[in-house]
Amino acid sequence: MSAFSAIGEEREIDRNEYTPDIEPQPTWCPGCGDFGVLKALKGALPDVGRSPEETLLVTGIGCSGKLNSYLDSYGFHTIHGRSLPVARAAKLANPGVEVIAAGGDGDGYGIGGNHFMHTARENHDMTYVVFNNEIFGLTKGQTSPTSPKGHKSKTQPHGSAKSPIRPLSLSLTSGASFVARTAAVNPNQAQRILKEAMEHDGFAHIDFLTQCPTWNKDAKQYVPYTDINESDDYDFDPTNRADAQELMRETEDKLYEGEVLTGVYYRDDERPSYQQEKQNIGEMPDEPLAERYFDDDYEWERSYDSFIDKHK
Amino acid sequence: MSDDELIWRIAGGSGDGIASTSQNFAKALMRAGLHVFTHRHYPSRIRGGHTYVEVRASADPVESRGDGYNFLLALGDSFARNPQDEAYYGNEEVKPLSENLDELREGGVIVYDSGLLDASEIPDFEERVEENDWHVYDMDLRSLAREQGREVMRNTAGVGVTCAITGIPLEAIEELMRDAMPEKILEPNLEIMQTAYDLVSEEYDVDAPDVSVPTGEHDEEQVLMSGSDAIAYGAIDEGCRFIAGYPMTPWTEVFTIMSQNLPELGGISEQVEDEIAAAALAIGASHMGVKAMSGSSGGGFALMGEPLGLAEMTETPLVLIEAMRAGPSTGMPTKPEQADLEHVLYTSQGDSQRVVLAPGTVAEAYEASRRAFQLAYEYQIPSMLIYDQKLSGELTNVPASHFDREPNADIGLTLSEEELADQPHTGDGKFHRFQHEAEDGVSPRSVPGQKGGRFLATGNEHNPAGHISEDPDNRVAQMDRREQKLDAIRADLDDDGLLVEHGPEDADYGILTFGSQQGTVEEAVDRLNENGTSVKSLTVAELAPYPVETVRAFLDSVEEALVVEMNASGQFRGLTQKELGTHGEMLSSLLKYNGNPFEPGEIVEGFTTNVVEDGEVPGNETKFVPAAGD
Ligand SMILES: Cc1ncc(C[n+]2csc(CCOP(=O)(O)OP(=O)(O)O)c2C)c(N)n1
Ligand code: SF4
Repeated sequence: MSAFSAIGEEREIDRNEYTPDIEPQPTWCPGCGDFGVLKALKGALPDVGRSPEETLLVTGIGCSGKLNSYLDSYGFHTIHGRSLPVARAAKLANPGVEVIAAGGDGDGYGIGGNHFMHTARENHDMTYVVFNNEIFGLTKGQTSPTSPKGHKSKTQPHGSAKSPIRPLSLSLTSGASFVARTAAVNPNQAQRILKEAMEHDGFAHIDFLTQCPTWNKDAKQYVPYTDINESDDYDFDPTNRADAQELMRETEDKLYEGEVLTGVYYRDDERPSYQQEKQNIGEMPDEPLAERYFDDDYEWERSYDSFIDKHK
Repeated sequence: MSDDELIWRIAGGSGDGIASTSQNFAKALMRAGLHVFTHRHYPSRIRGGHTYVEVRASADPVESRGDGYNFLLALGDSFARNPQDEAYYGNEEVKPLSENLDELREGGVIVYDSGLLDASEIPDFEERVEENDWHVYDMDLRSLAREQGREVMRNTAGVGVTCAITGIPLEAIEELMRDAMPEKILEPNLEIMQTAYDLVSEEYDVDAPDVSVPTGEHDEEQVLMSGSDAIAYGAIDEGCRFIAGYPMTPWTEVFTIMSQNLPELGGISEQVEDEIAAAALAIGASHMGVKAMSGSSGGGFALMGEPLGLAEMTETPLVLIEAMRAGPSTGMPTKPEQADLEHVLYTSQGDSQRVVLAPGTVAEAYEASRRAFQLAYEYQIPSMLIYDQKLSGELTNVPASHFDREPNADIGLTLSEEELADQPHTGDGKFHRFQHEAEDGVSPRSVPGQKGGRFLATGNEHNPAGHISEDPDNRVAQMDRREQKLDAIRADLDDDGLLVEHGPEDADYGILTFGSQQGTVEEAVDRLNENGTSVKSLTVAELAPYPVETVRAFLDSVEEALVVEMNASGQFRGLTQKELGTHGEMLSSLLKYNGNPFEPGEIVEGFTTNVVEDGEVPGNETKFVPAAGD
């Protein structure tokens, strides 16, 4: 029997299993978009048949990083910007575990920007959810990499001189094989996209628009929105890179003009995941590495048997 | 040239094959029954520049470089030449000869490649040869190599000459060349070596200088290893199968050895975008129940400070390697120093719990590497192994049996699913990953994918179930429990033999050191005792938690002690005084920070003048800092 019997177990999963029974309940502000992500995630996980015990939710720091206090799976609340490297290794160590990384726009596109680029490039098999509220929430409203140009905050009193980052385009050019945007104001679409992301074999990046009523006073910033996969105005093929690129550019400009476009922009189901690539070149064990440490019969090789001869 | 040791220095430019040639030569001497020790000196450039490697060989065990050397093979820096017109670039060309003369002992031998080096360019060369009774062999190794093969095979010609002069049989070297070289280049190399060998016998009266190599015999089979090899093999034997890193000299050596070997062993190696990621990956893998490591050198390790703290707070076992080089900042990339001690001890915020080990020799590097893993996983704590550029690259012989040990893949107190089902859940139905009361401070863990073990790991302070908590009572209970581990570890380390005493037990004086200076200090201690000064040494290989009692007992047993370390500020002495809270008035320092490790003679001299004779005379290359009470 596997030492990890929660992995791959087939059973009906009740979404209440993900609800922790801790006090106090969420410290998020009333009306915060983060509730929408939580709701969508709780809906999507049973949909893909993942139990809380075979799920590892790795988060960064920020209001968004507190997500795993409210989702009762295995969790790792790491440090600012570093959820991705922790999550990557976790997945390599035990590919059977469903690994989801999550964090804010400051966390993921700012301090963790380098990791974002490289995780996308490597196409690790995981889902990455960025709570994009265009602001630093937890540290009380400073400008973030997605804040619009000219945005005033206590640390940028004259308004930001920087143009916002383009997360979708960045993700695509870096190499993500699934890129989507959704919004907390519609947990149904969010749930659908999360499910597709988790089922996708490769790096699935979701730029999740979440309103921050506390620091971005315009809590209605993301409504109404248009779902590009459903709307007749947007007839495109998400497997076509050029189409995706074009549409992303439009989306990223329009967001700051008040037109919110969401949906799955790009997916490449052909590209092998990083794990697969590593297996192809013989750098990744067939069995989950983690299993071996629980297998009393496993024969561990020693340096003496393997390498000592070349030193004699 | 004396009979009891050969110290052969091969000099040239980086990229001229100095390292591989010396490695082969050292191995041949080891196979011939000698004890060997290499010392490597190279600049931070890829091709050219002044590089040398010394191979010290003796019938008795050697654990240090010597004072100077007695055989110079000056090959010439081929990269100092303009390949088109063969013009010289400045005076770099003669460096392999000129730069090395100061340390050549009286009566020593010089072999130089007259095809590349012009001794007449060196002022006073003839006079110095005369004065020092050096035996000079000027040989056109370059043309010789060119005629029979390729110019790059000059080093092989040099080895042939060395063998002819010292009487080392060529067969010993041939055998190694056959193992290491593809057929195509083997033949010309063998020919070149033979020709060079014969040439010496024809043209020189080799019997004239009294040159020979010592003879010896090992009572068991030996292997030639570097500190980096030993650290990597220690990790492998402890079941480490995951490494993440980013290159930085000299850590790169361990990273490379691991990366080349792990896939064959079913492990995973990841070269990632930066050192923050590297440490974070190791944490991620370890969180899943896999034995994992990362590491770096100075600046790269600085980036690991935050993930290091995360491992402490989440009690994720983590092994980090810190290979020291001279700093601050990028400092001197290829030069050893022991100045990152405080960096490693104190990096990261808050009251921290960590283990820091500093092996002193190649054999101990294997031991300490295994120990670092055992402690990290047994106590769910980050444990760090620090060593320096010297230990990382030096090759020495160690009995093969030292490495013939059982593997250990035990990841510490991790519950099985059956045990998780039986856990007394304290009323809330949750697994208490971070129990307030846990033996030795260690609370059993679970890993993702296991049934019944769900918990949250967080870098914030947390309650027993792992949830963020700022409750004052909980904070104190959690902090106390984490601190409690340190006492248990200290007690554990006590029986480890990682503290090495050397010299007469009832000696009058003491020398205290740590890390890679061990062998050099011990050689100095032996010489001091031979000269009538009664000294013993203690090398401390556990820096955190600090072995207070052992060091105190050592210092209490002597009148005065000298702390020997390779840095400018006396960090180890400072640590000792801080931990002991006493003895400041009897501890003086001998420091060296010019990029070269101590030679035993420098310690003998520093100790005699400064401590025994109270002369307070700093040497040329070392600095003496008197005791606080002086
Ligand atoms: C290394 C480091 N720098 C700064 C901080 C302080 N900090 C905590 S949360 C945060 C901003 C988070 O913003 P974002 O990622 O957008 O998340 P949100 O709170 O909006 O969800 C910062 C700067 C930190 N914890 N660590
Ligand atoms: S500060 Fe903003 S992001 Fe944070 S919880 Fe409140 S509303 Fe949400």
